[in-house]
Amino acid sequence: MNEWLENLWQSVQLWALDIAAEFHLNFIKGNRWQMLVKGLGNTMIITFFALIIGIVLGVLVAVVRSTYDTNGEAMKRRGGFGYGLLKFFNGICNVYLTVIRGTPMVVQLMIMYFVVLVSIENSVTVAVIAFGINSGAYVAEIFRSGIMAIDKGQFEAGRSLGFNYIQTMWHIVVPQMFKVVLPTLCNEFIVLIKETSIAGYVGIMDLTKAGEIIRGRTFSAFMPLIVVAIVYLAIVMLLTWLVGLLERRLRKSER
Amino acid sequence: MNADNVLIDVCDLQKSFGSIHVLKGVNAQIHRGDVMVVIGPSGSGKSTFLRCLNLLEMPTGGQIFFDGEEITAPKANVDRHRQKMGMVFQQFNLFPHMTILKNMTLAPMKLLGKTKQEAEAKAMELLARVGLADRANAYPSQLSGGQKQRIAIVRALCMDPDVMLFDEPTSALDPEMVGEVLEVMKELAHEGMTMVVVTHEMGFAREVGTDVVFIDDGVILEQAAPEEFFANPKHPRLKDFLSKVL
Repeated sequence: MNEWLENLWQSVQLWALDIAAEFHLNFIKGNRWQMLVKGLGNTMIITFFALIIGIVLGVLVAVVRSTYDTNGEAMKRRGGFGYGLLKFFNGICNVYLTVIRGTPMVVQLMIMYFVVLVSIENSVTVAVIAFGINSGAYVAEIFRSGIMAIDKGQFEAGRSLGFNYIQTMWHIVVPQMFKVVLPTLCNEFIVLIKETSIAGYVGIMDLTKAGEIIRGRTFSAFMPLIVVAIVYLAIVMLLTWLVGLLERRLRKSER
Repeated sequence: MNADNVLIDVCDLQKSFGSIHVLKGVNAQIHRGDVMVVIGPSGSGKSTFLRCLNLLEMPTGGQIFFDGEEITAPKANVDRHRQKMGMVFQQFNLFPHMTILKNMTLAPMKLLGKTKQEAEAKAMELLARVGLADRANAYPSQLSGGQKQRIAIVRALCMDPDVMLFDEPTSALDPEMVGEVLEVMKELAHEGMTMVVVTHEMGFAREVGTDVVFIDDGVILEQAAPEEFFANPKHPRLKDFLSKVL
């Protein structure tokens, strides 16, 4: 029995040494950890700016589409230039949503990089634009469902006080909408962070690509891939926690 | 009749929702200082009539003049006219993400260009008048139905409207809270505010109304001063209606 325990102890020690050696080989030697840090930086940059583009695009598209749905008839009856313009923009939004949601992100990224934005040298910028445009389509639908979820009476109360359509949206509907959509929006951000892992397809060294490069140099798969996975997991958990805090704070303002 | 005194003039007002013809040519004149009470069975079009007055529902025919200007004209600045027409809803429609004070000061500050101090001073004065000054920093969800509706009334008053439109203001309230809201409306009427009130409160109509209007099936069937209206109804539909509600 004693011997068996001793054997176990020895293999644990060996395994620990093995792990340490692996760790040293993959991250310490040749300062390979710096690649991971740089990759993480690129992942965060792409995610952050794509997020901003996505939210701005999303709000615009959602407002145009819900305006057309709820107000289009009235504007049509009143006639004039406004309705034609709204119909035109609504059409553009629909094409945008259909194309972006109907094609794979990897394909969109490569089309942006190799066809549409060849003139832009910086591949990270291209990725920001591609991911932002993609995210906008999903965020738009999230926002639209949020706008639709706000009681019509809120909108009418705003209009009856004399606010115009845009002011009513801005002061009354959109702030309430954000609270409704926050959990869904958080989900979209998590998807976005992880989706940036395909940035390597256009030669960007993001977190995933950095892990891949290390794997290619050291020929050991376990250590770099597991660490990359843990980093993603940590970011997502941190984000989930932060959104939880924000949600609780927003709820408190309403008691 | 002095034509200058007409605040709202409704001519042959029509409204259809798709194939459903709700208002079939309504004519009415509301003078300054009038308290017009609109009654009628549910589905008669009385709420639609009220909501057409500030164009929350766009009429499909006819004209509405407010203070001499045709607000149904295609080029009319509806938002500007609405600033002068306060509206109180059955469901209160306070803004849940703002405090009571913010609910009341938002529109005066953004639309009338009032400073925060001016708007808040006016709001506090109105809150004091309806006995809710201590709730200024509460959120709507912390108030009772009657309190919410009183806030909704003073929120509209913060814009200094020429007329107040009430769309069944007591219908969503618990019975014991109806009184406090009617009291505020009564006071408002005594101060000379022009009001159009859609309601089922016959007592209010009799006591406060200067004009009572009976709408059924999209037309005004009878209009008279309250004493005459309740004591001596002429139209058989109105007789029938009153026999059921009184």
